[in-house]
Amino acid sequence: MQNHNHIRKKVRETAIVTDNLTKRFEDIVAVDELSIQVDKGELFGLLGPNGAGKTTTINILCGLLEPTKGSASVGGYDVQKEPQKVKELIGVCTQETAVYPFLTGRENVELFGSLHAMSKQRLKKNADDLLEKLGLTEDAKRRVGKYSGGMRRRINLIMALVNDPEIAFLDEPTVAMDPQSRHAVWDFIVGLKKQGKTIVLTTHYMEEAEELCDRVGIIDHGKLIALGSPEQLRKKFDAGNLEEVFIELTGRRIREGI
Amino acid sequence: MLFQRVIALTKKDFKRLIRDPATGFLIVLFPVILTLAFGTSFGAIGGGNQSTTYQIGLVNMDSGPYSQWAENLVGNLTTSQILKVTMYSSNETAQTDLIQGNIQAVIVIPHDFGESCISFWNAPTNPRLWVNTTIPLYLDSGSIFATQAIPPIIQQVVATTIYGEFSKPLATPIQIGSPSMVQASRLTMFDYMAPGIFAYAAIFLTMTVAQSFTTDRENGLLRRINTTPTTPAEFMLSQTISNMILALIQVALVFTMAHLVGYRPSCDASSLAMAFVIVSIFSLCNVGFGLVTATVAKSSGAATGLSFVFIMPQMFLGTFVGFALSPTAQTAGKFVPSYYVTDALTSLFLRGAPILSSTVLLDLTVVSASSIATLLIGIILFGRYGKN
Repeated sequence: MQNHNHIRKKVRETAIVTDNLTKRFEDIVAVDELSIQVDKGELFGLLGPNGAGKTTTINILCGLLEPTKGSASVGGYDVQKEPQKVKELIGVCTQETAVYPFLTGRENVELFGSLHAMSKQRLKKNADDLLEKLGLTEDAKRRVGKYSGGMRRRINLIMALVNDPEIAFLDEPTVAMDPQSRHAVWDFIVGLKKQGKTIVLTTHYMEEAEELCDRVGIIDHGKLIALGSPEQLRKKFDAGNLEEVFIELTGRRIREGI
Repeated sequence: MLFQRVIALTKKDFKRLIRDPATGFLIVLFPVILTLAFGTSFGAIGGGNQSTTYQIGLVNMDSGPYSQWAENLVGNLTTSQILKVTMYSSNETAQTDLIQGNIQAVIVIPHDFGESCISFWNAPTNPRLWVNTTIPLYLDSGSIFATQAIPPIIQQVVATTIYGEFSKPLATPIQIGSPSMVQASRLTMFDYMAPGIFAYAAIFLTMTVAQSFTTDRENGLLRRINTTPTTPAEFMLSQTISNMILALIQVALVFTMAHLVGYRPSCDASSLAMAFVIVSIFSLCNVGFGLVTATVAKSSGAATGLSFVFIMPQMFLGTFVGFALSPTAQTAGKFVPSYYVTDALTSLFLRGAPILSSTVLLDLTVVSASSIATLLIGIILFGRYGKN
């Protein structure tokens, strides 16, 4: 009984587990036997060059794609067997700004809150709170079609988090943002982590990963090629920053034709 | 099934209708403009108040002992205010004038017409004792409106000749076309076109559905919705509800516009309600076609073009232009759902058929079955191949 409790406690503490996760698209192996574990409350960075398999991995974890081989669980639920349960736990900030241009910012946020079956009161409170934190309160009544690129990205992020998810997947949330907006989003992500949220962040900005992430996994050609905290990786590869580590790893693979 | 999600998605679709100019045009302005254009051109406000007449040639071959029936028919056709009748001694002479465009139709009263009428009245309930006959009718295929208008007028005059002015449509040994109670002298060309316009407007739902699905797919919104707990059933139900409501709005708009231009169908409230039901069910068919289009189309631009694969046959074979087509095309029209919508609405509005008449119920059954089948095919295809 004591052993059982130990296992259950362990399961609760682990937010995301992938085991030999593989995804093939015909001849292309997008994700290649990826095994990672993300702890509850951890901010985990998934790094890699374009086409490395980051978004495919997130799509599998969100239940959008079925793996070819291996397994994955999110919040203790198998993504293939219980995708509905997984979707109740997560919030997904997609790489593209997937917003309805004919709806106002608030209407977009409230639509996705309704899709998560939130009560009106809770939805309004969360929407107000998030819009204020990301500086969109004034513009919330305007149609998103009139927004600037940076504003669209911020509303995109709010739409992902309005349901107050336990686990958030943020796929390049700050891409194409100006430095001010990017730092505002960083502060926001740090705030989420302080609330105990589990966050999986993909990014091209090594500075962002270094600043925010507890641990990072670097993947290339679908394979996990490095895993650890930014500090551990810097030490291991004798690098001054994470960008040097990244170039060393991914560049070497290109040079060696792996 | 959580209705909070269904309602939220349905509301979103209505906001698209109100705020997106392209969608708004296709759903609201297009049927309004179409109805006003046709109504003012061919209805009571336009040419309808003028004494629209059709030039027809009449050949009476019945000189038998019961030829009084044929003479009654000639008399009724001649006194009709909408027909200008020219008598011919032979079919050949009449055909020559028809080919030359001097007349728009030729009617040949067969030699056994009177005998057929008598056989009917001798045994009205026993079709085995009837002498069946057919009244050949030749139409000028170059005159779209005449070809559409003349058959029901002739049908009405024949019915009046056999049964009298207020009799109910019964089975008869004399065949021309479908039974009708048309009050020919009051009808305009628009009266014959209006039922088709109701179907015509709804057909364009195919394009709006295909465009909205492909646009949402291109923008990553379908994937995004798929990351929420929203089930496919909830999503498709919202689409179905919003498009059915849109179709009802279209019918209301077309009817209002038609009323404004003087359209007064010979129907009661129940017939009107039935028309709304039929068109709203037909909208499901167009949602299905829209989903099939969105499955095949790679972009919203391609969806616009591809949607015409479904729109054109329905438009040309199943609405008010169908009568002007070749016999082959008219037969082909029976394989498109819009044909049955137009037929049902014609029966309700033009012929004054009761809502539970066999023709209307048959049309309703065909529209329902084909719409549900098309919708299911669309959902399955889009679910398997169209989401990504």
